[in-house]
Amino acid sequence: MSTTVAARETNTALTGTAGPNRRRPSLLHDTGTVFVRELLPVLRNPFSVVFTMVQPLVFLGLFGPLLSDFPGTGEGSALQWFVPGIVVMSCLFSGAFTGSNLLFELQTGSHERMLVTPLRRSALLIGRALKEIVPMVMQTVIIVAVCMPFGFELHLAGAALAVLILAVMAVGIGALSYSLALASKDQDWLFWTIQQTLLFPFLLLAGILLPLDNGPGWLRTLGDINPLTYVVDACRLLFNGEIAAAGVLQGAGAAAFLAALGLLVGIRSMRHST
Amino acid sequence: MNHSVVSMDATMIQTKGLTRHFTVKKETVEAVRGIDLHVRRGELVALLGPNGAGKSTTLRMLTTLLPPTSGTAEVAGHDVVREQAAVRHRIGYIGQGNGAGHTQRGRDELVIQGRCYGMGRKAARARADELISALGLETVADRTVSTLSGGQRRRLDIAMGLIHAPDLLFLDEPSTGLDPQNRANLQEQILNLHTEYGTTVVLTTHYLDEADSMAERVIVVDHGRVIADDSPTQLKRDHAGDRITLTAGHTDDARRVADRARRSAGAEVTQSGTSVEIRVLGAPQLLPGLLVDLANDGVTVTGAEVARPTMDDVFLNLTGRSLREGGAEPADAGADGGADGGARAAADADGRTTQNQEIAA
Repeated sequence: MSTTVAARETNTALTGTAGPNRRRPSLLHDTGTVFVRELLPVLRNPFSVVFTMVQPLVFLGLFGPLLSDFPGTGEGSALQWFVPGIVVMSCLFSGAFTGSNLLFELQTGSHERMLVTPLRRSALLIGRALKEIVPMVMQTVIIVAVCMPFGFELHLAGAALAVLILAVMAVGIGALSYSLALASKDQDWLFWTIQQTLLFPFLLLAGILLPLDNGPGWLRTLGDINPLTYVVDACRLLFNGEIAAAGVLQGAGAAAFLAALGLLVGIRSMRHST
Repeated sequence: MNHSVVSMDATMIQTKGLTRHFTVKKETVEAVRGIDLHVRRGELVALLGPNGAGKSTTLRMLTTLLPPTSGTAEVAGHDVVREQAAVRHRIGYIGQGNGAGHTQRGRDELVIQGRCYGMGRKAARARADELISALGLETVADRTVSTLSGGQRRRLDIAMGLIHAPDLLFLDEPSTGLDPQNRANLQEQILNLHTEYGTTVVLTTHYLDEADSMAERVIVVDHGRVIADDSPTQLKRDHAGDRITLTAGHTDDARRVADRARRSAGAEVTQSGTSVEIRVLGAPQLLPGLLVDLANDGVTVTGAEVARPTMDDVFLNLTGRSLREGGAEPADAGADGGADGGARAAADADGRTTQNQEIAA
C-alpha cells in the first residue's frame, strides 16, 4: 500500500461525521453491548462450543455405562440418573473455563480498550456472565439429543425448568471464573491452579459422577454444603418430570446463591480492574 | 461534532501535582512524582522517556485507567476521578496492546466499539465501514483478528480508537513492534488526523526520531518527573548544539584548527590528536566560512563532518545518560541509584502486575 494513497483516503474519513451520542446509554444497553460482543465469536463459530464439551461427553460415553444397577442411581435406566448430572457438569466446566477468555484479553489489551470506553464496569461483568447461558443451552440440547437414542426419556416441561435453573447457575459460575481471571491478571498460573483445584472437588462432592449416599459421613456433609449438590438434585428431579418437588426449590435457591455471589464478587473485581 | 463543553476553553489537559505510587513487595515505588501538565486544544504532544520513566503510568491516569495517588487531572474539561464517564466519552485511547479480541472479527469489534460509545446500530456500522476503508482494512475486516499481521492489527486498533471521532486521542507507544513502513504509515495517519481535524494528540514514545519528527511539543519525562518541555527544535537548541568534527593531517594543524574554531561565537572546542570537535549552533552555516579561513591560514583539513543534534543528545545533556541504550540508570550509577532505577523500571514496565499485587495486599 502506498503511503500517499493511504494518507489521502485517511483524510476523507478518519474523524467522520457521526459524532457519538453524548447521552450516557443505560445499564441495559451497556450490558447488551457486552453480551453481544461475547456472543459473536460463538455465533461465528458455533463448533467452538463443542470443544468445551469433550470432557462431559467422555464421561457420558465411558463412565456412564458403568453405572447400570449401581446402588443409589435410582430405578430404571442409569442414563435417567446420569444425564442431568452431566448437563450440570458441562455447564460447570464451560463456565469455569470462560475466565480464561478474559485472562487472555487482559494480556492482549482488549480488556483495557473496553475499560477506556464509557461502558459501565458492572455491564462489563454482567454482559459477559449472561453470555454463558447461550453455550449452556446449546450443550444441554446436544447432550440430551445424543442420549435420547440410547433410551434417555425427555420430560420437556421439567427439562425447560432445569435449563432455567442452570442458566442462573451458569451466570454465577461464569462470574466467579471472571473474578478469578481479574484477580490473576498477568499470573496465568494462578487462574489455572485455583480453577483446577476447585473444579474437581466441587464436581465430585456434588454427586455428579457417583452418588454420595453410601459414602462416609464427612463426605456426605461436604456434599451437603456444596451448592452444586442442590442444583444437581433439582436437575435430576426435573429431567425426570418431577416438577412439584421441594428439591426443585432448593436447587433454584442454590443457583440463585451462586449467581448472587458471582455477580457480587465479579462486579467488585471489575470495578477495581485497571 | 459537539465541542460545547471544551470549546469555551482552549485547555484540553490540565494536571496539578499528578502522582502515582505503586507498592512492590512492600516497597513504595514512585512511578510518577508530581507532574504539572497543560495541553491546549489542537496540540500534538509526545511524552518522551526511557522505559520506566512514568510515561505510561501518566497516560493511564489521564485516560482514567489508573486512579492517581495524589494530585488532580482534568481531561477534556472533566476530572479523571470524579467524572470518569464524561472523560471516557470524549477521549480515544490506543494502548500498547491489541485492542481487538483475537477471536473476534475486525468489523464486529468496530461496530461493538461504536455501540460502547452509545452509537446506534446503523451509525456504528456506517462508521465502521468508513474507518475500514480509510485505514485500508477492506480485505481483512471480516477475518478473525488472530489471523491478521501486526501492522493490520495496529491499523484496526487505530480504527477502534477513532470510532467515536474523539477530540483528544491518546496513544501509548503507538509504533512499538511495527516495521519501518508500517511505522511511517501510522505516523502519517496520526499527523493527518492532527492537521486536518485539529484532533489533540498525546502520545508516548521512546523513539527519539518519532518524537522529533512528529511532535510539536516534546515533554521529556524521567524518573516520574518532567525534566524538559518544549518544541523539538528549541530543545535541541537549548540542550545540544550541532557538532562539527574536523580532521587535520597532523596534530600541529589540528591545534591551529582548534584555535581558529574558538573564535566562532559560542563554540565549544575539544581537540584530541588530529581530530577537533566543535559544538556550536548553526554548524551548516558556520562550516563553509571556517574552511575558507583555514585554507587562507594554510591549514590542510582532510575531513569534515557535521552532525545535527538528536533528541538523544538532548536527553544525554538533560540526564547524563543515553536514551538509546534504553538505560533508566546512569552509566556511572552507584549501587543506590542502580537499585532505585531498577525497581522503578520494574514498576512501570510491569505496571499491571504491580497493580495486582497492590490490590491483593
